[in-house]
Amino acid sequence: MPRSMDLEPGNPVTTMATFLIPVLSLSILLVTWFSLGLGSVPVPVVDGLWDWLHGAQSHEALIIGEVRLPRTLLALSVGAALGFSGAALQGLLRNPLAEPGLVGASQGAALGAATVFYFGLFAGLGSLATAAAGLLGATATLFIMLMLAGSGHPALVIMAGLAISTLAGAALAVVLNFAPNPYAMQELVFWLLGSVSNRGLDSLWVLLPALLIGGSLIWWQRRLLAALSLGDRIAESMGLSVARGSRLIALGTAILIGASVSVAGNIGFVGLLVPHIMRPWVNHRPERLLIPSAMLGAILVCMADICVRAIPSGTELKLGVLTSLLGAPLFIWLVWKERRRWI
Amino acid sequence: MDLISATKLSVDSRVKQACFNLKKGEMLGLIGPNGAGKSTLLNSLAGLEKFTGELQINGQVFDSLSPKQRARLVGLQPQIMDSIWSLSVSDIVGLGRIPWGDANNDAIQCAMRKAKVTEFAERRIDHLSGGERARVWLARAFAGEPLILLSDEPIASLDIHFQLEVMKVLKGYAKEHHGVIVALHDLSLAARFCDRLCLMHEGEIVSQGTAEEVLTNPLLSNVYGVDVEVDLEHSPPIILAK
Repeated sequence: MPRSMDLEPGNPVTTMATFLIPVLSLSILLVTWFSLGLGSVPVPVVDGLWDWLHGAQSHEALIIGEVRLPRTLLALSVGAALGFSGAALQGLLRNPLAEPGLVGASQGAALGAATVFYFGLFAGLGSLATAAAGLLGATATLFIMLMLAGSGHPALVIMAGLAISTLAGAALAVVLNFAPNPYAMQELVFWLLGSVSNRGLDSLWVLLPALLIGGSLIWWQRRLLAALSLGDRIAESMGLSVARGSRLIALGTAILIGASVSVAGNIGFVGLLVPHIMRPWVNHRPERLLIPSAMLGAILVCMADICVRAIPSGTELKLGVLTSLLGAPLFIWLVWKERRRWI
Repeated sequence: MDLISATKLSVDSRVKQACFNLKKGEMLGLIGPNGAGKSTLLNSLAGLEKFTGELQINGQVFDSLSPKQRARLVGLQPQIMDSIWSLSVSDIVGLGRIPWGDANNDAIQCAMRKAKVTEFAERRIDHLSGGERARVWLARAFAGEPLILLSDEPIASLDIHFQLEVMKVLKGYAKEHHGVIVALHDLSLAARFCDRLCLMHEGEIVSQGTAEEVLTNPLLSNVYGVDVEVDLEHSPPIILAK
């Protein structure tokens, strides 16, 4: 009888799930190694890292420690933040098409960061100003979107997200329109395209706390994410506080998105596609999707950044442009697949 | 001591001054036309609707219970259930343990046996038939081991075979020193399986008691607005619109 096959301990899904985290961890190490080794000048990675860690002023230490390591760690953390927030958003909104960019949070963060960039707000916060503004923008758009979507009906969530991201996009256009000078505008547009190059280790001090705090908020509410699979009424009847928990998950997501956009601009489609790729490997359980999605997000963004650096061209292709180029066709395929459920 | 004791329970204008109780081991049938307030009443007992009046669960005042305590005592199986993700049956049943915050495998296995879903425990919910799914939702509710199970039209879209299966499983659960309140449209099955019945009409409980007391021709004809044929002597009982 074919059904009994599923009950055997050697169930392929269970076996794969056991190896998932070790395989992803190994892949992160490999991709990090490769990223550190890649550049215009061949540098021995181990020697460079060793020298840098011991404060030696060698040529290798400079290249690895000051240039490649920040870039690699940044790509990994931005990817982790995007993957984690994508998985959380899809679970919270019970919608496989939810993504930081599609619900308006990325645009909100970009608007916040761009506004600060121009008007010099929060000057007292120094380099943290754009991050704080990105966080504020992402939080505001996400909460307005949730209010507008109300019940969380899948189609309504997408419509509300579209409305809010359009609004934030329009406001961003206004900021660009009144840019004080063309250079400022160009700088802003380049930043918006999304990249992890030429950022120092300072940016990590924005991203790492955001990953820790945002990730913990969401992780704390993982039971709610699991229960929401069956709808908010069931979750409520099982003794969970859906309203409070949803706000905490939304806040955690906004922290992750706000920080990653303020540091690296818009890197689209990672938050959408990564949870989709991971879902079958975790038996479709939304709460088990979080960590593997963060790990795969880190791997994919770092790999995309390696591609950007490996493509020989005069002007560097921006990371966000590459992920959009690769992600958009996959998104179209997803919509095609989802169509059957919606019609 | 009664499992549920409700006095003058009202939910805005949808449930008016409902007084009823539920005893240990009892299966109480909630019947009445569409819009009579059956689902609203069940939802209020599960803490999903605000109500006025007095309500005691197993001797404790309802408002004194924390959401978690309430969820451990009262389990709800709503009318419409679905899983947005393609979860496996055992994972869905495992979600029933959320009120306890554990993954008690014995409770999960026992709930799956009771609802007879063990043989397809590792299959995905979207690969199951309607009848199989109905039993999975029941197993999910059983896994929380609630003292009181509220089941809202659990047999609405099932064939007669599965209707009987589900009613038997619910009756069995009530007999294990639990209590079950089940909202039903099928009056014949209500007469056959329920120990007592509550007939609701426009938010009020217009009659409660045994099948013989509640399922009378004049009362049903008045409430449903159609002439009803009642034969409780027949085995199984027959209640049909003429």
